[in-house]
Amino acid sequence: MTTSILLDRMVAHPSDSHTLARYVDTGGYETLKKALNSMKPEEITAEVKASNIRGRGGASFPTGVKWGFLPPDTRPRYLVVNGDESEPGTFKDRMLLERDPHQLVEGIIISAYALDVHHAFVYIRGEYPKPARRLQRAIDEAYEAGYLGGDILGSGFDLDVTVHLGGGAYICGEETALLSSLEGRRGEPRIKPPFPAVEGLYAKPTIVNNVETISNIPWIVANGGAKYAAIGPETSSGTRVMSLSGHVKNPGDYEVVAGLSWKELIYDIGGGIRDDNKLKAWVPGGASAPWFVPDEHLNTPVTIDDIAKNGSMIGSGAVIVMDETTNVVGAAHRLVRFFSHESCGQCTPCREGTTWLERILARILDGYGRPEDIGLLLDVCDNISPGLAWPPAMTTICPLGPSATAPVVSMMKYFRDEVEAMVSPPPSGGDVAGGDRGGEVQFEAGGTSNV
Amino acid sequence: MISHWSHDSQVKANELLETYPEKRSAVMPLLYIAALEHGHVTEDAMREVAELTGLTAAQVQAVASFYTMYKREPVGKYLVSVCTSISCYLRGADDVLAAIEDEAGILDGETTPDGKISVEHVECSGACGGAPAVSVNWELVEGVEPDKARELIKWLREADPEVVFGDEMQLLFGGQQSFDWGSKETEGAIAPLPAFGPYGTVKEESR
Repeated sequence: MTTSILLDRMVAHPSDSHTLARYVDTGGYETLKKALNSMKPEEITAEVKASNIRGRGGASFPTGVKWGFLPPDTRPRYLVVNGDESEPGTFKDRMLLERDPHQLVEGIIISAYALDVHHAFVYIRGEYPKPARRLQRAIDEAYEAGYLGGDILGSGFDLDVTVHLGGGAYICGEETALLSSLEGRRGEPRIKPPFPAVEGLYAKPTIVNNVETISNIPWIVANGGAKYAAIGPETSSGTRVMSLSGHVKNPGDYEVVAGLSWKELIYDIGGGIRDDNKLKAWVPGGASAPWFVPDEHLNTPVTIDDIAKNGSMIGSGAVIVMDETTNVVGAAHRLVRFFSHESCGQCTPCREGTTWLERILARILDGYGRPEDIGLLLDVCDNISPGLAWPPAMTTICPLGPSATAPVVSMMKYFRDEVEAMVSPPPSGGDVAGGDRGGEVQFEAGGTSNV
Repeated sequence: MISHWSHDSQVKANELLETYPEKRSAVMPLLYIAALEHGHVTEDAMREVAELTGLTAAQVQAVASFYTMYKREPVGKYLVSVCTSISCYLRGADDVLAAIEDEAGILDGETTPDGKISVEHVECSGACGGAPAVSVNWELVEGVEPDKARELIKWLREADPEVVFGDEMQLLFGGQQSFDWGSKETEGAIAPLPAFGPYGTVKEESR
């Protein structure tokens, strides 16, 4: 796993990998010159398509195919780079923005040239002022050096790039919610179709791509799409930055080639489990993804398709590791609480469902669980996403609500006995045990939600 | 333009209104500027943003109320945000929050009577590899253990810094990081708002 596309510079030059001087010194903006001087826009889109790169934000949609959805004649078009990150467990875009912002800027300029875009936006989550500052400085440097603005490097191509800071809302990582937010509205997802490529920002054709996806573009155009496609398995081409967190010895961002096993990722790269504890479960692709467990999945390959085949998703590439000491109800509660908090409130199954899941899990943690809570939790999940399958059936505009069922269904699938033990009445009929949350609040099912 | 805003804020607001193809898109950044001018997102602040963007005050309020970072109540000089999402939770974030509440003498969601410190729990801060994470005025500190979290609160009280720098806090109170931060960051936050150039909250300092 020695192939590195995105992280070489920041590893080799920790003190100044984010500066224009270092970027240029290590070959930066050469690909832009090549693209503007000797390539037609359609030659660039062909390379991106040939690379088979799939989006790194969560949905793993093929980037070249997405680009191909743009209607040929409508102008203006926009490119919006999704730096909202926010999926619990994910911190890769933060690193790419802080440590190598010019790589992204070059990717933006080349992509914009290929897509005939003259105004690009980078939407960065509000909690990331430092990554936003680093990117803004890189953009300022790029303007000064003539890589941005009018008539870039004498090519006649014009491009402006605007950094837009969010306000603390996970849902804005969903591309249509992001566009609503960028238009100065509440970050509420829109019904698709129309897809953003046809009707996006200001109802104009818009391509929304993740920070990591666009950061790969300079390499793809410099080396050719075929070379990128040759790295790793055919449908998981290239490298990807995986964020390891939780009870792993060496948490961090690691650039890997798909195809290694989970065992290699967690034990060799992640250093194994803290205190040499036993691995209990892990979330393979961000908070929205169904869990994996060692008995069934440790030796399966880390590829987009294999993870999907095994009932989960690679999502944002965030691996959250839980060791044997983990209270699964506590973990599921924390994940569900996130979705409950971040629900935009438009769709009833999500708004009400995530709220009730959170409350039921909270009362189990507080020691007030009832045996029937197990069926109740699954019933609420089934109302949010009928059938409890993966990929989930949708009753909502966006996948946020269905995602909230993943931790609950996973917990029941693999650790039902532990949940049952927590909802059984105490044998003596005495006081309930104090729960993890230490609270005293008891919620009654059937009450009204205040969300 | 809003005449009682600082010259700097007026200039930045004008730039923002020209940056976007449609004025409405400037609502979010303008709300940060208005919060800086008023201390938080007051009703006047929302009316002013409405005036600048051609929206109604209700439309601006609809936006401001959607996002957690627009504080419509006064917040302390230092907004201490403790991440309690899954990765930080697995690494003991609840103990960090409890230590901070205890040291500050307030509960989650409250502000100290002297107006110095506000404490809140937040959803994922994107610092999962450096869990548990805390931020002060959105400048991040990673790998914060409960004892160090207490020291951080004491330090904010005693040193009373006008600008908070992530690197400085990381050195004093942090531990495990999500990744090598590389070189020092030269900008920090002067208000409980994300310190990003256009919003006027950044202070250059040669250190």
